[in-house]
Amino acid sequence: MADSSAAVAVRLEDVQKTYRTGEVDVHAVRGVSLEIARGEFVALMGSSGSGKSTLMNILGCLDRPTSGRYFLDGEDVSSLDRDQLADVRNRKLGFVFQNFNLLARTSALENVELPLLYGPERLSNAQLREKAERVLAAVGLEGRGDHHPSQLSGGQQQRVAVARALINDPEVLLADEPTGNLDSRTSVEVMGIFQDLNQKGITIIMVTHEPDIASYAQRNVVMRDGRIVSDRAVTRRFDAAQELEKLNEPAPEVVEPTVQT
Amino acid sequence: MRVGSTFKIALRALRRNKLRSALTALGIIIGVGAVIAMVSIGNGAKAQVEAQIAGLGENVILIFSGSTTTSGIRTGWGGAGTLKIEDAEAIRREIPAVTLVSEEVVSTAQVVAGSQNWFTRVYGESADYFDLRQWALADGAPFTNQDVRSANKVCVIGRTTATQIFGSEDVVGQVLRVKNVPFQITGVLTPKGLSSQGTDQDDIVIMPYTSALKRVLGGGTTLRNINAQVAGPRDLGPAKQQIIELLRQRHNIREGRDDDFTVRNQEEIAAAQTATTETMTQLLAGVAVISLVVGGIGIMNIMLVSVTERTREIGTRMAVGAHGRDILTQFLIEAISLSAVGGIIGIITGIAAAKIIAALKNWPSLISPGSIIGAFLVSAAVGVFFGFYPARKAARLDPIDALRYE
Ligand SMILES: Nc1ncnc2c1ncn2[C@@H]1O[C@H](COP(=O)(O)OP(=O)(O)OP(=O)(O)O)[C@@H](O)[C@H]1O
Ligand SMILES: [Mg+2]
Repeated sequence: MADSSAAVAVRLEDVQKTYRTGEVDVHAVRGVSLEIARGEFVALMGSSGSGKSTLMNILGCLDRPTSGRYFLDGEDVSSLDRDQLADVRNRKLGFVFQNFNLLARTSALENVELPLLYGPERLSNAQLREKAERVLAAVGLEGRGDHHPSQLSGGQQQRVAVARALINDPEVLLADEPTGNLDSRTSVEVMGIFQDLNQKGITIIMVTHEPDIASYAQRNVVMRDGRIVSDRAVTRRFDAAQELEKLNEPAPEVVEPTVQT
Repeated sequence: MRVGSTFKIALRALRRNKLRSALTALGIIIGVGAVIAMVSIGNGAKAQVEAQIAGLGENVILIFSGSTTTSGIRTGWGGAGTLKIEDAEAIRREIPAVTLVSEEVVSTAQVVAGSQNWFTRVYGESADYFDLRQWALADGAPFTNQDVRSANKVCVIGRTTATQIFGSEDVVGQVLRVKNVPFQITGVLTPKGLSSQGTDQDDIVIMPYTSALKRVLGGGTTLRNINAQVAGPRDLGPAKQQIIELLRQRHNIREGRDDDFTVRNQEEIAAAQTATTETMTQLLAGVAVISLVVGGIGIMNIMLVSVTERTREIGTRMAVGAHGRDILTQFLIEAISLSAVGGIIGIITGIAAAKIIAALKNWPSLISPGSIIGAFLVSAAVGVFFGFYPARKAARLDPIDALRYE
């Protein structure tokens, strides 16, 4: 299995998650098995409460499954302790949140540098800055490094969050409704960034409600009641660059009848 | 393991919240500053009073004319002129424990020398006075028993009077006119400074009481008070009792009637005075403790609110790889930095305030190291505890719970 495990980024084996709130058990995820290859771009869909976020949090090593096993990059991470999980998040995963979760009153650069500060390497301030500037440029934010989140638009804030997720060259980029707080045009821009990153070989798993947004991925996985009910390749895939082009075209001219006087 | 980074993180976090950092530090500054200043003021006042009581001389008994309890009406010390020169002589003669006696009369007068004049207090005393009060002369010599017996026109003056009239001139041997009577100055007293009531103790002329009665007060044999000194502290009680009996007998006071004089020994005066300053010190300490508590509550509020408000931040940090320990260390460094900076500024402000007040009040500024250490430790402990404790709670959260925190 050594061959195939090298190609597999993420493998879930019968993963379950049960929340115990008082007397009631909520079965948020009821036995999910899933394999995602390196370099895939997967959209996770499903109605509200179907367990998407719960699954994403497990994939992101923010939470642990109640039962089942999770292999990330061939390593069984379901048995790791808190600190080991933190190190896995730091080195192998990048997380993008719906509400960005940037540190307020902190420059974009310092936000992007954050994972480096908790990393294994000791970097000088100059090195930190240089790395952060490079990643910010990659998401189209060169020159905005000194802006605080409050001085940036929603789309720009989400790009800062993406840059932060990318700074440690993660194996997998996880995004829970990354376009949930963005307008349609900005959403397409963020999808453009995702497609570019995916082109460069980064595995992306993204939760979304919107079928449009899911069409930017290669594969759509649909959940219902904590189970996967559908898993298929996207047939008519959108290309963000083209969609943006369309949006930039002037609206078709409305020819008004000439009024004769 | 990654303390360097954590320092960077903590300092960035402090800089990010300048106002909050400043407010937290302010709580500590006020708490520490108030305790240091208040304790120092209390100590200064106490030392001042103690110095003054010691200035009365050792083992001294003071006898005032007038009763403090006549039918419940206070006539005040020195109120009615019931003490006579003969009373003082009787005490000197008949009570063996008494070693020194000074008859005292007090007046104020315009004193003149050449073209200069000055309004000052004039004290009449016996030659024992300087030993009794342990008030040495800076220059010249005190007047003698012979001067007292003959009511000679001699006097000793205080530093203030000397400079007001003679400037920097040598005053011993000069003539000072008191109520137009020329007195020869035999000496200048060592300066004592201000009393706790704020009077200048060096603004004084002291002459034989006989001379004062005859030439300044215009005759009479009535004393304001008698100062007596006994050989040792154990003589104070018995001597006081003997004086009371002697004076009652001399004043023909029948059994059951109140004394027409008041006898107090130094301990009693000291006790009354110290009780007053003690009360003041306690009051000040109370105020200081209240400001420390208020400061502490301020620190506590800001720290609790800030950690709660930063739960999401903590979640974000954990999501990108922070260990619980990193979070804890960060908050600890933040709290310690604030406490240390606030504490140091507080110590400086407290000492400065104490010095300024001491200078204004002419007190010694007694800064107690105990109050510095105590106030600093309490504030720092409050800052660190209330910064650390909620942070520890947050650091133990699952990252997902911290991120979801509203
Ligand atoms: N911390 C929790 N404690 C208890 N129950 C929870 C918790 N988190 C989620 N749940 C429950 O688990 C189920 C799945 O929730 P989850 O957040 O995964 O849904 P979702 O698919 O992300 O929904 P949405 O599209 O609305 O974000 C829901 O029924 C939810 O109420
Ligand atoms: Mg969700």
